[in-house]
Amino acid sequence: MYAQMVKSEATQDDPEQLAAFQARIDAGEKIEPKDWMPEGYRKTLIRQIGQHAHSEIVGQLPEGNWITRAPTLERKAILLAKVQDEAGHGLYLYCAAETLGVSRDEMTEMLLDGRMKYSSIFNYPTLNWADIGAVGWLVDGAAIMNQVPLQRTSFGPYSRAMIRVCKEESFHQRQGYDAIRKMAEGTPEQKKMAQDALNRLWYPSLMMFGPSDKDSVHSAQSMAWKIKMNTNDELRQKFVDQTVPQAEYLGLTVPDPDLKWNEERGHYDYTDPDWSEFFEVIKGNGPCNTDRLAARNKAWDDGAWVRDGLLAHAKKKAGRQHAAE
Amino acid sequence: MNAPLAKEEAFLQFLLRMGDNTLILGHRVSEWCGHAPVLEEDIALANTALDMIGQTQMWLGLAAEVHGPGKSADDLAFLRDAWDFRNVLLVEVPNGDFGRTLMRQFLFDAWHSIQLGRLMKSSDERVAAIAEKASKEVAYHLERSADTVVGLGDGTEESHRRMQEALDYLWPYAGEMFQSDDVDAEMVKAGIAPDPASLREEYDVLVSRILNEATLTIPESRFAHKGGRTGAMHTEHLGHLLTQMQWLQRAYPGAKW
Repeated sequence: MYAQMVKSEATQDDPEQLAAFQARIDAGEKIEPKDWMPEGYRKTLIRQIGQHAHSEIVGQLPEGNWITRAPTLERKAILLAKVQDEAGHGLYLYCAAETLGVSRDEMTEMLLDGRMKYSSIFNYPTLNWADIGAVGWLVDGAAIMNQVPLQRTSFGPYSRAMIRVCKEESFHQRQGYDAIRKMAEGTPEQKKMAQDALNRLWYPSLMMFGPSDKDSVHSAQSMAWKIKMNTNDELRQKFVDQTVPQAEYLGLTVPDPDLKWNEERGHYDYTDPDWSEFFEVIKGNGPCNTDRLAARNKAWDDGAWVRDGLLAHAKKKAGRQHAAE
Repeated sequence: MNAPLAKEEAFLQFLLRMGDNTLILGHRVSEWCGHAPVLEEDIALANTALDMIGQTQMWLGLAAEVHGPGKSADDLAFLRDAWDFRNVLLVEVPNGDFGRTLMRQFLFDAWHSIQLGRLMKSSDERVAAIAEKASKEVAYHLERSADTVVGLGDGTEESHRRMQEALDYLWPYAGEMFQSDDVDAEMVKAGIAPDPASLREEYDVLVSRILNEATLTIPESRFAHKGGRTGAMHTEHLGHLLTQMQWLQRAYPGAKW
């Protein structure tokens, strides 16, 4: 769930064309890049897929924060493989977005100057090693909740990207759970780290699903277009129901004193995150927003000479080949 | 005159040299995570680091086995101090800019690929098996680092200048990979590993070809810093690297992760 509060674009197309388009979606057909599509559908998807891609890229930073301090060779290898997967997800999501007529460089510029967003979760810090387990368990767990239904989304390239992403994400989630389990079963200090990670990351994970349905203004059109498959609250509830028993199994306490099983609803009752905090993070006032964007900008700026150099070489080489022919 | 090294001790030193090289360079490369010039490079750097950590698990795993019961690869990686490390100095120098990182990778990969090719014929089957697996990965590392060195050396004026600076800085660290000592003599005698000096000619041919294509000039001086692979004198940088890498294991002794 790396896309939050994606604004649906109003669309001003011919009503007959629109109706035919909607009929295709209702019939479960996939929309492919060369098919006619409403401008609003295209723009909304660019925003959503782009935000998802950016999240994969920025998401390297909180995890990279621990690669050099991973406690064993195996954990280091697992974390490196995971971060590599995520950069790969970013790559094929950018490719999916490019089929809609926007280049990766354009999207990157929009991330770097703040016009495009990434998931709020990556504006929280990773402070102890258990955070790496918790990111896999909770953050990837929340992402999967959203991405599994998106495998059936109406836009073909996005759907196919999600199928691949989901396979790897569920693997990451299992590895994350295994890492935090090891700590929850470990020394008192390790258990303290695990609990500390859960305390800090629980509510930010719930925020990943976006605002409550009553405040979610963009959902209806996106759901009709099948680029959003469930409401925010549905997915959040599903996540809570799945995660609470896992926390209990670990012997960890979910930081919500009002959390309890509601027999009648067949779901857990839980406390909503502090939405004012969420909107502050979205506005740029999360604990790490400034540093994350600065890190990405620095990487991009410092890398300019590399990109220019490789491009210049490719041109020279092509020129030499041309001259030789 | 030193007393001759016992074969077991020499074998252990040899394995530490192999495993520490990949451990320390893998660590350095992993520092790039999320900060590369372009997404494909983020993926390639993570992939390279991952391969090297995997190779470390094999080399230090075997070293732990040779060391005797009760030691693991993790003990060797996380619980030795700087003077016990046997990596060449080249792999512990800081990353610098992307150009220096890739130049260091190329200078190492070129040696590594030749070394692994020889080790595939080692009289020790375990060494030969590790070399065989690692050589496939390293063939790709070398292809990529060489391509990048050529692309940036023969790119823009700025990229050329930066690559020449990287080469000038790193070249004095290349020679250590070819210095032979008692450990190597023992390994040659046992048919386990080649004499490092014997790899130099092939290395020079390979490196000259690529650097020439990259329009870069190899410094004339053959001066070589040394002290890493014997452990006699590392750079100041290694201690800081270990401080970070070993922190959790040192702060919480005995914990299982």
